[in-house]
Amino acid sequence: MPFEWVVALRFLREGRFQTALIVVGASVGVAVVIFITTLVTGLQANTIKRVLGAQAHIVVTPRQEVSRPQLAPAAGETLLPRIEARAQRLRSIDQWQALAAELERTPGIGAVSPIVSGAGFALRGDASKAVNLIGVDPARHDRIIHLTDKMIAGRFAVQAGDVVIGRDLAADLGAAVGDRIRLQTAQQGAAVSDAYTVAGLFDLGSRAANRTSVFVGFRTAQSLLDLPGGASEIDVTVDRLFGAEALAQDLAARTGQSFDSWMKTFDQLVAAIHAQDITTALIRLFVILIVALGIASVLVVWVVQKRREIGILRAMGASRGKIQRVFLLQGAIVAIAGSTIGSLLSSLMLFVFLKVARNADGSQIFDLDLSPTLYVTAALVAVAVGLLAAAVPARSAARLDPAQAIRM
Amino acid sequence: MDGPLLELDAIRKSYGTGTEVETRVLHGIDLSIRAGEFTALVGPSGSGKTTLLNLIGLLEPPTSGSYRLLGRETAALPEQEITLLRASSIGFVFQFHHLLPAFTAVENVLMPGLIARGPVTAVDRRRAQALLADVGLADRVDFLPRKLSGGQQQRVAIARALSLAPPLVLADEPTGNLDTHSADDIFALMRRFNEQAGTAFLIVTHDPRLARRCDRIVQLVDGLIAGDRTNEAIATAADSTMAR
Repeated sequence: MPFEWVVALRFLREGRFQTALIVVGASVGVAVVIFITTLVTGLQANTIKRVLGAQAHIVVTPRQEVSRPQLAPAAGETLLPRIEARAQRLRSIDQWQALAAELERTPGIGAVSPIVSGAGFALRGDASKAVNLIGVDPARHDRIIHLTDKMIAGRFAVQAGDVVIGRDLAADLGAAVGDRIRLQTAQQGAAVSDAYTVAGLFDLGSRAANRTSVFVGFRTAQSLLDLPGGASEIDVTVDRLFGAEALAQDLAARTGQSFDSWMKTFDQLVAAIHAQDITTALIRLFVILIVALGIASVLVVWVVQKRREIGILRAMGASRGKIQRVFLLQGAIVAIAGSTIGSLLSSLMLFVFLKVARNADGSQIFDLDLSPTLYVTAALVAVAVGLLAAAVPARSAARLDPAQAIRM
Repeated sequence: MDGPLLELDAIRKSYGTGTEVETRVLHGIDLSIRAGEFTALVGPSGSGKTTLLNLIGLLEPPTSGSYRLLGRETAALPEQEITLLRASSIGFVFQFHHLLPAFTAVENVLMPGLIARGPVTAVDRRRAQALLADVGLADRVDFLPRKLSGGQQQRVAIARALSLAPPLVLADEPTGNLDTHSADDIFALMRRFNEQAGTAFLIVTHDPRLARRCDRIVQLVDGLIAGDRTNEAIATAADSTMAR
């Protein structure tokens, strides 16, 4: 073993109590950082998964229709127009096929699903419920919200004459798989209605969605909603969740259609997540700072206690650089020991936390995802902090005047 | 070797230079020591003995004057070179043993080699054990310093100073806190290495009895050399003591 290792390890062994003190400090620091990070990341991922589970990341709709003043003021006259906002009728996105194809080619976009959706009624017997008719291509739409995973009865099949409805709507209508219900829409004053067979029931995790969402075939919706050959909406998923808004704005500027990202729809949630991120970062920063100060202060005392030995080593030919490295090495060694123990400790804390803290129904709050990257990063940061904390004491050790140190 | 082992020329040393409390310790020392010389450095407290020893040991630089060690002018050498020169040419024995308390006797002896040459080999270890056996500590090799008596600790310190076979060993009152019997033993040990290996010794001592057994006595008074005598008769007497 080289000189630096021999001396650093022996000094650490000799000062067992101090060594234990800083290793414990570093362990707790690493454990808290990993614990908090995993906890917050897990909770956030879980929240986002729940919110976006039945939700496209970006929804493309036709640009809103606006009224424009038709009268131009004559010379010398002033016109005070009062422009009434137009009622927005259900329209198709202009050139939606071309737009969908373009979106599919756009980097950063995962799945694209054109849909036809509009208001209607579901009727069975005396029951009449207001619903949102959604006409989809099942294969394409499944890539957006994974409906096949959310089926609780029957299957997700929306061929001509089939309809898939939510659990709560089925209960309201008293309908089961195989029963027939009527769907009714209003087109230019005249009611259009037809009978469909319930092919399956789904549970989207939200009572409102289960009560109002009614899935039918793409063409069925086109005819029910009087949008022959049209698509009123394109649902899109993106690869980078938090890049959705930027992508939406970019696409809106390029295509002239209206792009709404989930970040805008759930702006409060996004704000809360950002606030949480900042808080977590601050907590981590302060924990790291405290650990660094702890290591540094113990090492400073250590250098003072070891003055004579440092002097002897210098007299025996140890260079300033060697002495400095001995103390840097001590910082690195306690940091590595601390991050190893801290990693184990944090895993234990997380397991215990997930056992103790549970949802109201007794299920786990979130799925524990122990990220190796986080552990490696925490260890690297710990070593860097250990070295930094040891830098000042190591410098002062290296600068000791050997003649003076020996005389003490 | 041609020429002296070390040569001091008009060496002055002051502390706190430029401040109001400037303390002049050495006022122009001219001293030359040949290879293999066994020299006592004597003088009252505060005469600058330890400072002179530190200067010779390259532990601190002189304020002015020239110091050549093994023919090299040391004033111009950078820190790194000084450290290397010290490691290769000088062994230290301090008054209070100054062993490393966390390391065993043999590890203390191995330390200069570990510093200068890197990781310890089995050969190094055997050599260090032989050296400890040579100073009469064959059965104390793996003892920590605190388990050894004062005399034994000083023997380890001598073995350590000799571990890289330097041409010069500097000893600052090596027998200062030992009883007469132990002091005699330590002195005899140093004398033996001097004669066997030709190692030069410069020994600071308060004990006139021991000083009289050296080849040469340099007397320091108030930062100046007040006396420097060589006596073959003294050396011969010391030899006969050794031969017993």
